[in-house]
Amino acid sequence: MTESRHFDVLVVGAGPAGMAAAITAASGGAKVGIVDENPQPGGQIFRAKVGKLAPEVAKSVEKLAASGVELLNGLTIVDAPQPGVLMGATHKSMIILKYSKLILAVGARELFLPFPGWTLPNVMGIGGLQALVKSGLDVRGKRIVLSGSGPLLIAVGAYLKEYGAEVMAIVEQASTANLARFAAGMAKYPSKIKQGTPLIFGVGRLIQRGAWVESAHGKDKLESVKLNKSVGSIQCEYLGCSFGFVPNLELPMLIGCQVVDGFVKVDSLQNTSIANVFCAGEPTGIGGIELSVVEGKIAGFTASGHTERAQVLMPEKQKWQAFSRALDQAFALREELRGLVEPETIVCRCEDVRHRQLKGYDCGREAKLHTRCGMGPCQGRVCGASTRFLYGWEHGTVRPPLVPVPLAGLANEEQGKTK
Amino acid sequence: MPSKTSHHNDHGGGSLSTKFDAIVVGGGIVGCACAYYLSQSFQRVLVIEPGPIGGASTAAGMGHIVVMDDSPAQFALTYYSQQLWTGLVSQMPADCEYRPTGTMWVAADDEEFSHVEGKRKFYESNGVKAEVLSPAELAKAEPQLRDGLAGGLRIPSDSVIYPVTAAGWLLSEAKRNGAELIQGKRATKMGQRSVHLEDGTQFEADFVINAAGGHAPLLTPGLPIEPRKGHLVITDRYPGFVHHQLIELGYLKSAHEMSSESVAFNAQPRATGQILLGSSRQFVGWNSEVDRKLVTKMVNRAAEYLPGIQQLSGIRIWTGFRATTPNKLPIIGAMPEDPSLLIAAGHEGLGITTSLATGKLIADWASGSKSVIDPAPYIPGGHHEH
Repeated sequence: MTESRHFDVLVVGAGPAGMAAAITAASGGAKVGIVDENPQPGGQIFRAKVGKLAPEVAKSVEKLAASGVELLNGLTIVDAPQPGVLMGATHKSMIILKYSKLILAVGARELFLPFPGWTLPNVMGIGGLQALVKSGLDVRGKRIVLSGSGPLLIAVGAYLKEYGAEVMAIVEQASTANLARFAAGMAKYPSKIKQGTPLIFGVGRLIQRGAWVESAHGKDKLESVKLNKSVGSIQCEYLGCSFGFVPNLELPMLIGCQVVDGFVKVDSLQNTSIANVFCAGEPTGIGGIELSVVEGKIAGFTASGHTERAQVLMPEKQKWQAFSRALDQAFALREELRGLVEPETIVCRCEDVRHRQLKGYDCGREAKLHTRCGMGPCQGRVCGASTRFLYGWEHGTVRPPLVPVPLAGLANEEQGKTK
Repeated sequence: MPSKTSHHNDHGGGSLSTKFDAIVVGGGIVGCACAYYLSQSFQRVLVIEPGPIGGASTAAGMGHIVVMDDSPAQFALTYYSQQLWTGLVSQMPADCEYRPTGTMWVAADDEEFSHVEGKRKFYESNGVKAEVLSPAELAKAEPQLRDGLAGGLRIPSDSVIYPVTAAGWLLSEAKRNGAELIQGKRATKMGQRSVHLEDGTQFEADFVINAAGGHAPLLTPGLPIEPRKGHLVITDRYPGFVHHQLIELGYLKSAHEMSSESVAFNAQPRATGQILLGSSRQFVGWNSEVDRKLVTKMVNRAAEYLPGIQQLSGIRIWTGFRATTPNKLPIIGAMPEDPSLLIAAGHEGLGITTSLATGKLIADWASGSKSVIDPAPYIPGGHHEH
């Protein structure tokens, strides 16, 4: 029979928000479990110093280990069959997870916008590029262009340089004026200045502001990119793209949490619209590590019945929400990025669906049914965000399983009972 | 892109005439097939669809074009329809994903196999090629089937399409003949040569066709149609895992159980290499939620025939509703009390197959032509249970 576990507080996602939530909830004596699909806690996004975790994340990982929280690593949530129950899958078996309170700290993923040539080999998300370097890709002497928007471009640029890559350009779509306004407002966040200054010092001269890659070129793999600003093109072996982040909404939506303007709706105590289900971190609004941590703590306190202690954290939460708004404004994606796709540009990579097949549909579901856009193995995780950006389509419905799962897993509940 | 349909009301304010030869309510595959054939005889045809074209039961169906021997009337309709499909294949665009897979009816034991010869005779005597396969021949044709099955019956002329794009293509062909589309608005009332929309607009026509599937009784009260829920699971791509549409011979038993819920093994190779897995039947109203227990039963049933399927990745589960009538035949034809109101609904699990014959019967009636098959078994009023 399938293994079944029960927790007072179950946390999904062991990034900064989830770790903070789990540690906080456990500090009051609750029986807490934390699920993550990765083999180790620490999360996806703040691998800024690849190979090792950011110091503040590393500290949380240590605390988590000492907190009495049960770590359920390498476990992916595939279904939420009824209130109080999640189904998880490891690479070999299924597990039923029951909870009294659930904290969703499911994070975000990179937004990857299509442009001509984006499907060429060696064009990738910067998270993917980082992961490849981490797992041994030798970038010494390799010419790399980074394109998109946000502070992560600079952090990854500095990192790649450290590994011997020849960073040709860091192409930031935000305008110089927006960036100057953002920089002027940074005085309120000394910790951020401390983090950012050395990075900008190292790669600042490579940054092109108000610029973007219009197209990538190459025969069998990437050979060059063309920027909007320059006449010529830049020869390069790799292009890393990052246009910011989009929240992972699949599990919250499957559970039925209300989503407003693309984010899970929560009150000040991180309650979602579903009783006993809380949400913290990027799914409630892309805000970065500090906001994620404070939201995680608030959710941890609320879920374990200590709302008075959660209240104390409100000023800090508001401070980082303001920082998040400033980030949003500075790095808001410009209209021109919608116009890069050409008729033959692939939008849905799983099913090879092109822009010409999609433009003109104003209902995402109709487009999906008629073109298969978003019907492949990734179930729209990549193209869902880009079609929202390009065509303004709503989030589709979420159906189980959340990720592809062996059919044996779907048949699991009844295993041993049938003839 | 011939299959691409219009996504708007085709008409800016006011240019749409309000008098039509025929108005089809419902842009599922049945409504699109009606429009396709009506537009060949009539200039002014209008289709009204509140949602995506082929977005309801059509999208939920498997797209198996199958000749069924369940009853003489069902055979006549499915056989005629399949011939119509075959005639259209050469014109259909590639994204309709037509594939002549054939159907393999699988006999699990000797009891099931004892019916195979009778079925073969029936098909053959009615002009449909049918081959009986021994266990060894079955294993050779479908190596993923488990050992120890009693044999099979292959119907090579059956096929598979992708119903949504097929519906879109039928509609786009109708539009090439001049048919028009109003999309995004719901019809609230129809009959007596008129259709009312939720926004208060009203259209007149010589014939109005209720092709609203399971929702048809909302527009024509009293139609004996009930939604019967089904589940489907689709896998990732495994080209060549199975070759035919595979169905257990017990399938008809499942289809006939009217009261309880039932599952039957039904697996289909898609053009993409994916496997589409069915089937379940239950009467639970319009609740579209995935019933995990039933999916479990369905997958276990499939694994009894295809043990290797357990290792394949399932990527999506969905549900849909068959428009079921008491005697398992669709309702096609004019209402006795209002000959301008035609019904084309209640196609249960065979709507993709029988859509074309339905469209043809409707167009024949409207144009006063004699139909190739006898329309009597399907006309409204005769659908009490056998």
